[in-house]
Amino acid sequence: MEENKEKIDSDLQEVFGKYTRDKDNLIKVLEEAQSKFGYLPQRAMEDIAEYLQMSLAEVYGVVSFYSRFTTTPKGKYNISICLGTACFVKGSQAILDRAKERLKIEEGGMTPDGKFSIDTVRCVGACGLAPVFMINGEVYGKATVKKFDEVIDEYMNKE
Amino acid sequence: MTIEEIENIRKRKRAELDLRVNSNYPGVERHILICHGTGCTSSKSPKILEEFNRIIKERNIENVRVIMTGCFGLCSKGPIVIIRPDDTFYSMVTPADCEEIIDKHIMKGEVVDRLLCKDVDGTIVHRLDELNFYKKQKRIALHNCGVINPEDIEEYIAFDGYKALAKVLTEMSQDDVINVITDSGLRGRGGAGFPTGKKWSFMKTETDPVKYVVCNADEGDPGAFMDRSILEGDPNNILEAMTICGYAVGACRGFIYVRAEYPIAVKRLEIAIRQAREYGFLGEHILGTDFSFDIEIRLGAGAFVCGEETALLESIEGKRGQPRLKPPFPAHSGLWGKPTVINNVETWANVPRIILNGAEWYNSIGTETSKGTKVFALGGNVNNVGLVEVPMGTTLREIIFDIGGGIPNGRKFKAAQTGGPSGGCIPEQNLDTPIDYESLKEIGSMMGSGGLIVMDDTKCMVNLARFYQDFIVSESCGKCTPCRIGTKRLLEILTKICDGNGTEEDLKNLEELSNMVVTASLCGLGQTAPNPILSTLKFFREEYEEHVRDKSCRAGECKKLTKIMIDEEKCKGCDLCRKACPVEAIEGAPGEKHHIDQSKCIKCRTCVNTCPFKAIS
Amino acid sequence: MSEEKLVNLTIDGIQVSVPESYTVLEAARKANIEIPTLCYLKEINEIGACRMCLVEIEGMRGLPTSCITKVAEGMVVHTHTDKVMKTRRTVLELLLSNHDKDCLTCRRNGSCELQKLCEKFNIHDIRFKGERSRTDTDDLSPSIVRDNGKCILCRRCTATCKNVQNICAIETINRGYESCIGTACDKSLNDVDCILCGQCIESCPTGALHEKDDSEKVWEAIHDPEKYVIVQTAPAVRVAIGEEFGMPIGTNAKGKMVTALKRLGFDKVFDTNTGADFTIVEEATEFVDRLTNGGVLPMITSCCPSWIRFAELNYPDDLGHLSSCKSPHQMFGAILKSYYANKAGIDPNKIVTVSVMPCVAKKYEATREEMENENGLRDVDYVISTRELARMIKQNDIDFANLEDSEFEDPMGEATGAAAIFGATGGVMEAALRTAADLVEGRDIQEINYEAVRGEKGIKETTVTVNGKEIRICVVSGIKNVRKVMDEVHEGKSNYDFIEVMTCPGGCIMGGGQPIKNSKTRATVDVRKLRADAIYDIDEKSTIRKSHQNPQVNKIYEEFFGQYGSSLAHKYLHTHYSPKQKYRF
Ligand SMILES: Cc1cc2nc3c(=O)[nH]c(=O)nc-3n(C[C@H](O)[C@H](O)[C@H](O)COP(=O)(O)O)c2cc1C
Ligand code: SF4
Ligand code: SF4
Ligand code: SF4
Ligand code: SF4
Ligand code: SF4
Ligand code: SF4
Ligand code: SF4
Ligand code: SF4
Ligand code: FES
Ligand code: FES
Ligand code: FES
Repeated sequence: MEENKEKIDSDLQEVFGKYTRDKDNLIKVLEEAQSKFGYLPQRAMEDIAEYLQMSLAEVYGVVSFYSRFTTTPKGKYNISICLGTACFVKGSQAILDRAKERLKIEEGGMTPDGKFSIDTVRCVGACGLAPVFMINGEVYGKATVKKFDEVIDEYMNKE
Repeated sequence: MTIEEIENIRKRKRAELDLRVNSNYPGVERHILICHGTGCTSSKSPKILEEFNRIIKERNIENVRVIMTGCFGLCSKGPIVIIRPDDTFYSMVTPADCEEIIDKHIMKGEVVDRLLCKDVDGTIVHRLDELNFYKKQKRIALHNCGVINPEDIEEYIAFDGYKALAKVLTEMSQDDVINVITDSGLRGRGGAGFPTGKKWSFMKTETDPVKYVVCNADEGDPGAFMDRSILEGDPNNILEAMTICGYAVGACRGFIYVRAEYPIAVKRLEIAIRQAREYGFLGEHILGTDFSFDIEIRLGAGAFVCGEETALLESIEGKRGQPRLKPPFPAHSGLWGKPTVINNVETWANVPRIILNGAEWYNSIGTETSKGTKVFALGGNVNNVGLVEVPMGTTLREIIFDIGGGIPNGRKFKAAQTGGPSGGCIPEQNLDTPIDYESLKEIGSMMGSGGLIVMDDTKCMVNLARFYQDFIVSESCGKCTPCRIGTKRLLEILTKICDGNGTEEDLKNLEELSNMVVTASLCGLGQTAPNPILSTLKFFREEYEEHVRDKSCRAGECKKLTKIMIDEEKCKGCDLCRKACPVEAIEGAPGEKHHIDQSKCIKCRTCVNTCPFKAIS
Repeated sequence: MSEEKLVNLTIDGIQVSVPESYTVLEAARKANIEIPTLCYLKEINEIGACRMCLVEIEGMRGLPTSCITKVAEGMVVHTHTDKVMKTRRTVLELLLSNHDKDCLTCRRNGSCELQKLCEKFNIHDIRFKGERSRTDTDDLSPSIVRDNGKCILCRRCTATCKNVQNICAIETINRGYESCIGTACDKSLNDVDCILCGQCIESCPTGALHEKDDSEKVWEAIHDPEKYVIVQTAPAVRVAIGEEFGMPIGTNAKGKMVTALKRLGFDKVFDTNTGADFTIVEEATEFVDRLTNGGVLPMITSCCPSWIRFAELNYPDDLGHLSSCKSPHQMFGAILKSYYANKAGIDPNKIVTVSVMPCVAKKYEATREEMENENGLRDVDYVISTRELARMIKQNDIDFANLEDSEFEDPMGEATGAAAIFGATGGVMEAALRTAADLVEGRDIQEINYEAVRGEKGIKETTVTVNGKEIRICVVSGIKNVRKVMDEVHEGKSNYDFIEVMTCPGGCIMGGGQPIKNSKTRATVDVRKLRADAIYDIDEKSTIRKSHQNPQVNKIYEEFFGQYGSSLAHKYLHTHYSPKQKYRF
C-alpha cells in the first residue's frame, strides 16, 4: 500500500504536540499513531524515532514486541476471535478454524480484496458471554460456528 | 476542598443514595441500575440505559433515576437491570423490555415475571440476594461494584469514599499506616501473595526523595476479569488506596498500568482521576495538608509478560517488556531506578476498607495464613459464569457447585484450573481443599490473580495443557533460553501427542524438559509456564498414556484422534443436527437415521451439542 | 581509592576471598574454577539470559546465574553438581535445536564459543527437535554478514552496539520464539544507521555475525597471471595476527606477516604506514592552514570510515569540520595506481590493490563512490581483515609461527614510528602534532611523546603549545564518547582546535576485523593495552618518528605532488563527504 507520507507527517505533528520528547512516551505515541492510521506505517515509525530521538531499530523493537501494534493494515472488517481460556474451554478454537476456512486466510492475514482480516485476542473481558468474537470491536457473544457463519454472511453482503 | 466540605457532600449524597442499600427505604423514589461492565456493555446495556432515559423523558416520569453501574457479578445472565430499593433482579434484558419495566414495575409496582432469573435449581429469583450465587459471597474489594455510578465521584464519597484517606492524612503517621496494613495480614492478590505491609515497609529504608507507587492492572491471565471489573465499577477506590500508600511510603507519583484492551476501565479511570483532582484528592496539598500526590495512566500494549512487575516497569519506561533481573527488587530500584511499590488492583481495593475498619476486622476473615477475601473470575463449563468474592478458606466445591451452580448440560466435573497459564489443574479429589495461597500450591496449582476455569468431561487435559503452552509460547518475552526455546519444544511435543504421533520417549522428555524450564528460567513466567503440563501429568497421566499408547482421546477433543459419529440406535431422525451443521456434512431425511460424511466433517462439534438425544459423539 | 571490603565464600569446597562487588563467576575464576558462559560480556552484557552459567547456591531457590549473582559473606556455591550439569546440558540442547550446526562450513569453526561448549559437554544427541525460528542471512552490506540461523540470542552484539557504540542499529525484535536480532523494519544493515564498525562481530560468540569474506576474490587476483597484485597492511594488523597462530597477545609479528604475504603470492608487499605518513603530512598541513587562515575549527580527523558514516548520518550539518584527507590505505591505493604504476612501468589497469586491515568498515570505505580515480579505477580493490588474512595463511599451510622474518618491499616499504601508532587511539593525533609542530615552528622538535593522548580513556584532552600558541586537542574513541564531543561541536560550544576520532574503543588495534577474543579473555586480559604496547614499542624503536621526515614520502612529493597540500595532492589524496538522512530508510 502506498503511504501518504505528507499526511502521516502532518497527522503526527498533532500527536507530538501532546508529548515531550522523552523516550518513555514511546508506547503512548505509538498507540495514538496506530489509532490514527489503523496500523503503524514505516513513515510513522520513522517520524516517531526522529521525534523521540531514538534509533528506529529501538522503535521497531518495541513495535514488534507488543501484539497490539501492527505494521500491516487490517482489513475493512477485522475479525478478532477470543482465545482466552474461558472462550477456549467453550469452543472458540472451532470458530477460529471456521473463520480461517471461510475466508481462506491464516491468523493475522487479510483477504486479497482487503475486506476481511483475522486476528486472535486473549480475553476481551466478556468471558460471561464466552465464546466471543468481535468484528471491528463489536462483540458477538455465546457464539457457535453456525452463528459465526450467519454473521459473516451478513458482512459478505455488505460493501 | 476541606475535609468538612467533603463530609457535607457525603452526608447529602448518602441520604440521596440510601435507597441503593436500604430495602426498607420509605420514599417513593426508584433507581434503575444498569450494569455497564464489559460483559453487559457487549450485550448492549448502554442501549437499555438510553431507552429508559428516553421513555422517562418522553413521559415525564418523576422519582425515577437511571444509573449505570459496574459489574454485578453474574455476567452470564447479562445484561442485568436491578430496581432499587426493592432489589428486583432482571436478567437478559433487551432495549425492547424497557417499556414494560417502566409500565409495570415503575408505574404500577408489579414485577415483570418473564424477566426474572431462574436459579440453577429452577426456582424463580426475585431479588439479588436470593440467588445462591450471592449467598456465600462476601464483598470487600467489590463492595461498591454494582452499587454506585463509577463515573460520579460523589457517589463514591457517599459510601465512605476518601474517608480512609482523610483519616490517614489527619490522624495517622506513615508508620501507623504501614502497621495497620501489616497487621491486617493483607497479601498481594497479583499472584505470589507477598505480604503487602512488608512490601511497603521496605520503602521506608530508602532515602531517595523520589519514589513511585504503581498499580498493576495488566491482568494478563486470559479468562480473568476481576481487576478489570474493579476498575470499571469502583475506580476511585484504587486511586484512594494508591494515595494512601503514597503517603505511607513517601512517594509523590503513581502510575496505573492498564491493558489497552480494557477501554471502559481506562475511560472510567480517566474520569475518576479528573474528578479526584477537581475535588482535591489528587494533586498538590491534598485535602489541605502538606501531602502531594498524583496519578497517571500508562497503557499496556498486549503482552502478558508485562504483568510481571519488572517487565511492567520496563514497559512504563517505554521499552520492550523484558523482565529485569531480581535482585534488585523494585522496592529498591524500580521505575527509572527509583524505589517503587507495585501492587495488584485487587490488593489496592482492600486498602481503604482496612484503614476504615481496622486490621482486626480484616484478619478475622480468612484462614491462618491468608486473610480477607479473594475475587475469582469463574468461567468455563459452569452454570453461573461471573465474578465471585469469597472469604479465603472457602472450598473450590463451594465456589463451583454452590455459587457457580455446578456443571451445565448434566455433564460431569473433570477439573478446575486456577492461576491461569502459571497455574495447575485441580481434579475432583481435591475439590474440598479450603483455598488459600499455601493450600493451592500444595495441590500443584496456585492462586494466581484469580482466574478459575471449570472443565467438564468433554475437555481433554492434554489438549488443555497444549492450549496453555501455546499461550505461553506466544507470550514468552524471549529473553532467556529455557523459556524461549524450551516452551516451544514443549508445545511441539504436546502437539505431537495430540496428533497421535507421541511416543513414550516424548512423555519422558515432556516431563524432564518441564522441570528444567521451571528451574532454569529467568522470571516467573518461565518458572511457572510448565505448571499446566506438570499438574495434568500428575493427575491425568492416563489420558496422556491413552493418547500415546492407544492413539485415542477420551474427551474427543483431539481432532486427529476422533471421529464424530452418529449412533444409529439413538438417532430419532429429528434432523436438527443436519440443519445445524455448518458444512452440510450430515445426510439424512427427517424421520430417518442420519449419518456423517467424514470427508466433509470439520469436527466442529456443533451437532454433538445440538442433538437432543445425545446420539452424536 | 579505598580498599574494597572482602567477603569470604566457599566454591566447590574451596575458600575464596574476593571484593564484595564480585560476581560468583568472577569469584570462581579467581579460585581457578571454570563456569561456562555464553551471554555474559563483562560490563557490556550482564543480563543473565542464556542460563549457561547456572550454579547451585545453598539457601537460594532454583539455580541462580553466576554471571550476575553477587557474592555474599558465607555463601556456599556448587558449580558442577548433577542438577547443574543436566540443566546446562539441556540449555545447550535447546540452543542447538534452533541452530544451523554446520560447523564445517562456518566462519567460526574452531573459535566458536558454542562449539567449544558442545565439545566440552560431550553432546552426541539432541533430544529436542522442532521448528526453526529464523534462518535468513543479510549479506547486503560490503562489510558485515548477519546469519540468523546461527544466532543464539545472547544479545552481546546489541549490547555492544547500544552500550559501547550508542548506535542501536541492531535490536532484539519480535517476541518469544520469534525473537531475533534485527534492524529497523527488518532492513539490511547496509540500509540503516549501522556504521559497519564490526564491534558486534567482535562480541559475537558464534558465527552469526562475521565479516563479508573477500579472500576468494583476492585468491583469484593472485592466481590471475594478468594481474599485478599489491598488498598493503595496516599498523594494527601486525600486532594482532600472531594471536591467530597461538602467539601471545601483543606480539609484533610484522616480519613473519610480511614473509607470509610474499609466500601467498602477492607481487608486492607494502606497508600502509607509508600511506599513513602521507595522511599525516596532508592532515597536518590542512590543520596548520585552518589554524592560520581562519578555517573551520575544530578540525576532526577522517581516517576512520565508520566515523565518517556516523558523521554523515548524525551530524550532516557539521561535515565541514572533517579533514578532507582520505584514510592512509586509500591514499596509498591512489598513489599505487598513479605515481607508482607510472614509475614501475605497470599498466594501472592491471594493478590490483589489496588492503589488509583490522577493520571491516574499510571494506565499505573502499566501495564509496568517491574512492575512484579519473580513469574509473578503484583506489583499493579489495579489503580483507586480519582474520581473513590469517585464514588465507592457514589455507596455504604456512607454518606462521616458525616463519623467518622479512621486510616490506622498497620503494614503499619505509615508514615512520609516527605511522605505526595510527593503530592506537591517540596515535593519529600524536603523529599529526609531531609534524604540525615542526611545520609551524620550522624546526626539529625533540620532545615528541605526547603521553596525554595515549591510554585507554574514551575521551582524552590536552593543550599543546606550538610557537607560543595554545592548541586544544581532544582524542576520542568509541562512538558513545564521540557523541558527547560532537554534540558540543554541533552546538558551536566546542573549544577544541583539533579532534581525533576513532570509532573502535581503543582505536584500530581493537577494530572489527581483528582476531576475536572470547568472553573470558575479554574479562580477564587487557587486550587493548597489550596490543597498544606493541604498537608504541614499534614507534620507540623506529629511527624516523615523524612523517614529514620520511625520505620516501618527500621524494614522491618532489617527483610528483609538489608541495604538501598541492592541488595534485588534493586530487589524489583528499575526498569529500555528503550528508545522509538518518531517519529515512
Ligand atoms: C508472568 C507473570 C504475569 C503476571 N501478571 C500479573 C497481572 O496480570 N496482574 C498482577 O497484578 N500481577 C501479575 N503478576 C505478579 C506481579 O509480578 C507482582 O507480583 C504483583 O503485581 C505484585 O502485586 P501484589 O503484591 O499486590 O500481588 C504476574 C507475574 C508474572 C510472573
Ligand atoms: S522466563 Fe520467559 S518471560 Fe521470563 S525472561 Fe525468560 S523468556 Fe522472558
Ligand atoms: S462436527 Fe461439525 S462439521 Fe462435523 S458433522 Fe457435526 S456439525 Fe457437521
Ligand atoms: S440431532 Fe440427533 S436425533 Fe436428531 S437427527 Fe441428528 S443424530 Fe438424529
Ligand atoms: S556458530 Fe559455532 S556451533 Fe554454530 S555452526 Fe558455527 S561453529 Fe558451529
Ligand atoms: S568432526 Fe565429525 S562431522 Fe565434523 S568433519 Fe569430522 S567426521 Fe565430519
Ligand atoms: S557494525 Fe557497529 S554500528 Fe553496526 S550493528 Fe555492529 S556494532 Fe552496531
Ligand atoms: S548475533 Fe551473535 S552476539 Fe548477537 S545475539 Fe546472535 S549470537 Fe549473540
Ligand atoms: S577505529 Fe579503526 S578499525 Fe575501527 S572502524 Fe575506525 S578505522 Fe576501522
Ligand atoms: S476468555 Fe474470551 S472474553 Fe474472556
Ligand atoms: S458485566 Fe454485567 S454483570 Fe458482569
Ligand atoms: S546467564 Fe550467565 S552467562 Fe548467560
